[in-house]
Amino acid sequence: MTMLLDIIGGLLLVAGTAFLLFGGLGLVRMPDVFNRIQAGTKATTLGTLLTLAGATCLQPAWGVKLLLIGLFLLFTNPLSSQVLARAAHRSGAGKSEKTSIDRLEEDQRKKP
Amino acid sequence: MVDWLIHLAALFAGVAFLLALTRFIKGPSAADRVVAFDVLTIISITGIVLAALTEGRGIYLDVALVYALLSFLGVIVVARYLEGGF
Repeated sequence: MTMLLDIIGGLLLVAGTAFLLFGGLGLVRMPDVFNRIQAGTKATTLGTLLTLAGATCLQPAWGVKLLLIGLFLLFTNPLSSQVLARAAHRSGAGKSEKTSIDRLEEDQRKKP
Repeated sequence: MVDWLIHLAALFAGVAFLLALTRFIKGPSAADRVVAFDVLTIISITGIVLAALTEGRGIYLDVALVYALLSFLGVIVVARYLEGGF
């Protein structure tokens, strides 16, 4: 039983860090700031939560602290990504030509 | 078996850290660098949890919690500065 829990925890750790790897890859490969925010924050949030779940499977006594870290990340990560996107838009970060839809700019042009 | 999986996870996290670090060094605008910094801190939290697992010391998780709090505050402050108004 403990052996099974250990293997599940190890696989969750590897899956979570694989998501972190894909997030880092997206951070390098994506064309502009807004796409990088998408790749950087969503994938790494899921990756960190999976890693914390794997650590809980490996050391069940640490469950409360790991749950606290996970809840904190779950609350703060979307907030920081939203603030970053707003700051990038207001500071006039360049968009690539593939980023075609910008509803905020359309609204601002409609009613100045 | 489990040690091997933890080492593989640490390898993945290290490669992700290096990829984010290239964006942090290269990034053309300041917003790119702040996004890369955010990702770097999240990967560091995972790294601290992995270190706690390999060392078997639960006290490191407190470090991860405080680090998450301070990095979140840092990202918010720099983003507000980029907007140009407090």
